[in-house]
Amino acid sequence: MNDTIKKERESLFSAKNIKLLNNPLNFENPVTVQVLGICSALAVTVQLKPAIVMALSVTIVTAFSNLIISALRDTIPSRIRIIVQLVVVAALVIIVDQLLKAYVYDVSKKLSVFVGLIITNCILMGRLEAFAMGNKPWPSFIDGIGNGLGYGIILVTVAFIRELFGSGKLYGFQIIPQAAFDAGYVNNGMMILPPMALVIIGVIIWLQRSKNRELIDKS
Amino acid sequence: MDNLFNLFVRSIFIDNMIFAYFLGMCSYLAVSKTVKTSVGLGIAVTFVLLITAPLNWLVDFYVLKPGALKWLSADLADLDLSYLSFLIFIAVIAAMVQLVEMFVEKFSPPLYNALGIFLPLIAVNCAILGVALFVQERDYQTISEVTVYAVGSGVGWFLAITAIAAIKEKISYSAIPPGLRGLGISFIITGLMAIAFMSFMGIKI
Repeated sequence: MNDTIKKERESLFSAKNIKLLNNPLNFENPVTVQVLGICSALAVTVQLKPAIVMALSVTIVTAFSNLIISALRDTIPSRIRIIVQLVVVAALVIIVDQLLKAYVYDVSKKLSVFVGLIITNCILMGRLEAFAMGNKPWPSFIDGIGNGLGYGIILVTVAFIRELFGSGKLYGFQIIPQAAFDAGYVNNGMMILPPMALVIIGVIIWLQRSKNRELIDKS
Repeated sequence: MDNLFNLFVRSIFIDNMIFAYFLGMCSYLAVSKTVKTSVGLGIAVTFVLLITAPLNWLVDFYVLKPGALKWLSADLADLDLSYLSFLIFIAVIAAMVQLVEMFVEKFSPPLYNALGIFLPLIAVNCAILGVALFVQERDYQTISEVTVYAVGSGVGWFLAITAIAAIKEKISYSAIPPGLRGLGISFIITGLMAIAFMSFMGIKI
């Protein structure tokens, strides 16, 4: 906090802000390290397209709710801050939902209730409470984008694995050639079912922690 | 009656909130350290679902649905407020949680001591809003269906969190690869439990 006061006018993309953007992608990943936002994350990862749309929606909502709450942070009474945050987030999610219905109706149908569930996505409340309530609007905006993308990376990775091995496609296009199926290759039906999403996330966490040993739980 | 029982069993085992839809995972992973706290949270979630889901259904049925305001006046028959549903649902949930908390504190201090710390958390539990949205999407027609579905989902959630807490208590004595410790193994166990729950698929009563 001290150096923000010292440097009143820092550039928009100072080293500190870049770090806000980069850190959530790996060392402070909202899903695998902070354990936030798993709630609605996994159900939309059967195919790549809904996953990408979901990741973008969450990034937009996180960034703008961080911006708005951060701009309002001095005027919100702390007793009712949760409900104020919820109202801001819900309004943003309604906008996103209407946009999805208008422009990508098929994906919006596939995401069904999970767009609405962005409201209770823990990433939003977590970042609003932990970051936006104590920082200026611009860094909060960057933090929102960073965390949204950190969430998006996990979502897209899981969707990539599940769609590739589950139905042999990527983004709806056949990737595994027909020749492979003729030769006896079979799609892994397990990948399409919900449990595999959990196992894949578990393995991603395992890989990440084996590479960055400081993330390993002490207990 | 058969239909309701079928719905109840379905919502507990087949459409389990955690294992099929991954709703309420945050508190499921964070609060499942001991069986005792998990039982407390599970009961609190079921309780709040029992109250908020029928209430949200009533609001949806009589206010928000396209043409729902017909009972008020014929002019409002073609009004469609469904775009407001997210905002209204979350407001109802947050308000009800607050109200339940105050009510329980006043009338049953022991229950408050048991549930008190979890109640505020529940307002942002995805399972609660999830049930409200599923009810809206699946277009349940009577309040008994909604109530049964809500209680079933709550019980399913309760079952899941209690089971994982019991497994976690045991697993703290096991030698787990360092990278998997904590979060990683919780996910994989949940995945295995979800596979087990999938064997209920196709049961019809």
